[in-house]
Amino acid sequence: MTSVFRDVFNTSVEFVRTFGAFQLFSLRVLRYSPGVLLSRFDLVVKQVFNTGALSLVIIMVCGLFVGGVLGLQGYSNLARFNAEDSIGVFAAFGLIKELGPVITALLFAGRAGTALASEIGLMKATDQLSAMEMMAVNPVPRVLVPRFLGGIIAMPLLVAVFSMIGLFGTHLVAVELLSVDVGAFWQQIQITVDMDDIKEGIFKSLVFGVAASMIAVWEGYNAVPTAEGVGRATTRTVVITAIAVLVFDFMITAVML
Amino acid sequence: MKQLDDSLENLIEIRNLKFSRGHRVIFEGLNLDIKRLENLIEIRNLKFSRGHRVIFEGLNLDIKRGEVTAFMGPSGTGKTTLLRLITRQLIPQEGTIRIGGIDIATLNLAELYQLRQRFGMLFQNGALLTDLNVFENVAFPLREHTKLTNRLIRHVVLTKLHAVGLRGAADMIPSELSGGMARRVALARAMVMDPDILIYDEPFVGLDPISMGVIVRLVRRMNDTLGITSIIVSHDVAEVSTVADCSFLISGGKVAASGSPDELRTAKSELVRQFMHGMADGPVAFHYQAPDYEEQLLGRDAE
Repeated sequence: MTSVFRDVFNTSVEFVRTFGAFQLFSLRVLRYSPGVLLSRFDLVVKQVFNTGALSLVIIMVCGLFVGGVLGLQGYSNLARFNAEDSIGVFAAFGLIKELGPVITALLFAGRAGTALASEIGLMKATDQLSAMEMMAVNPVPRVLVPRFLGGIIAMPLLVAVFSMIGLFGTHLVAVELLSVDVGAFWQQIQITVDMDDIKEGIFKSLVFGVAASMIAVWEGYNAVPTAEGVGRATTRTVVITAIAVLVFDFMITAVML
Repeated sequence: MKQLDDSLENLIEIRNLKFSRGHRVIFEGLNLDIKRLENLIEIRNLKFSRGHRVIFEGLNLDIKRGEVTAFMGPSGTGKTTLLRLITRQLIPQEGTIRIGGIDIATLNLAELYQLRQRFGMLFQNGALLTDLNVFENVAFPLREHTKLTNRLIRHVVLTKLHAVGLRGAADMIPSELSGGMARRVALARAMVMDPDILIYDEPFVGLDPISMGVIVRLVRRMNDTLGITSIIVSHDVAEVSTVADCSFLISGGKVAASGSPDELRTAKSELVRQFMHGMADGPVAFHYQAPDYEEQLLGRDAE
């Protein structure tokens, strides 16, 4: 029994220590962010391409099918109440406020987050970060901050693309396949969805962008510099980001409702 | 100009100085010499452990300015760790490391980076930045620390790449290079800022005989013509002997022997003889501690 308490105590201490270190690391990254944004924007643009543009295919394909599923599910349920014309609003609210930001963040963690963590982890394992330090170049503003900022900028853009393609997928299924009136589909979206709904989606995507990018660079930077260590850091990036995104989503939704 | 100044015996020489403020004479015929420190790096009473494993215990050594100094010793004695301590990538638990008279433990981050601009370091695996091509890898310190024009950077980088025989590989990416080529590119990058101290971690591993000969001569020539101080970690006794002015044999967390390659080769110490002549039997066991060989092969464990 004593050993159980000891294990719980040690795990708790380790958790608090890691969480504290993560906060200090985050402050360090944030401190350099304005300077990098102003003076090394070229590095940030490169990372927006790496994390954003290279994630477009998976985001667009998933968005299309999520939108299609929303169309099918929405139609079959709304038809029971003779409200199938409202399927556009149903899909728009779902995509803009919830599914768009959350699924994009989860896909981002799987595609771009893992790439960031493994790239930084491998740079550490192959002494590239040490070499930079020896060349009197601080790796935090040179390597970590551009990747962090690139992720933050890319996330809202990816969410917008996901939601747009998702709505297109719903349109394909509902209007083209299930013969919902096209006028009713788009007009109801136009009348019902207002700027506050879009702002909520943008806000969530920004928060998820900060969380997903910070977790990825943290895990990469603190990876044990071996093949196994980099693999574990990559796995942890996906798991922790998924949990963080869902927790933040609940908190933001609760506050904004 | 900086390199020329380094070759002077006195760091500061003041001769027959006269200085007045109004009618008040402050100095009249002042003569003063501030001598350059002979030892560029001084390590005193260094202690460093990893977990329970003590790597250095009371290590003392001096690295002379303008010489090629080699660290040698059996595997796992902490030679690379010592380089990392000298460059403050690691911090010792006890003792001091002074570079140019400055205790590096007292430097803040900005001062440390300022000091490191005087270093060039060749890592064991090259440590080239994988997202940049060969040219940009060598140009990296120049782009980060200078405001040279692209034309001048191109000139400097191609000169350094030519010195290591890889001017033709400027457009290649690191994954296209062999291990030896990567190390030569890393050497070009280490010397691109014309550092005062060049540190080589196992520079001869993976080089073919031609490249090795060229690199050994390059190390010696750079040291002599530019007046820099070189530190080499290597197992390659034969090559180190041709290039080093002074060698330290490190064993058991301390300096077991030091001196010129000739002095080490003729030393009477069993450890030095074993290492310099590559003998299996001696104070350093070739076999890691293990149970009895016969018993392990034929005993119950074998079943």
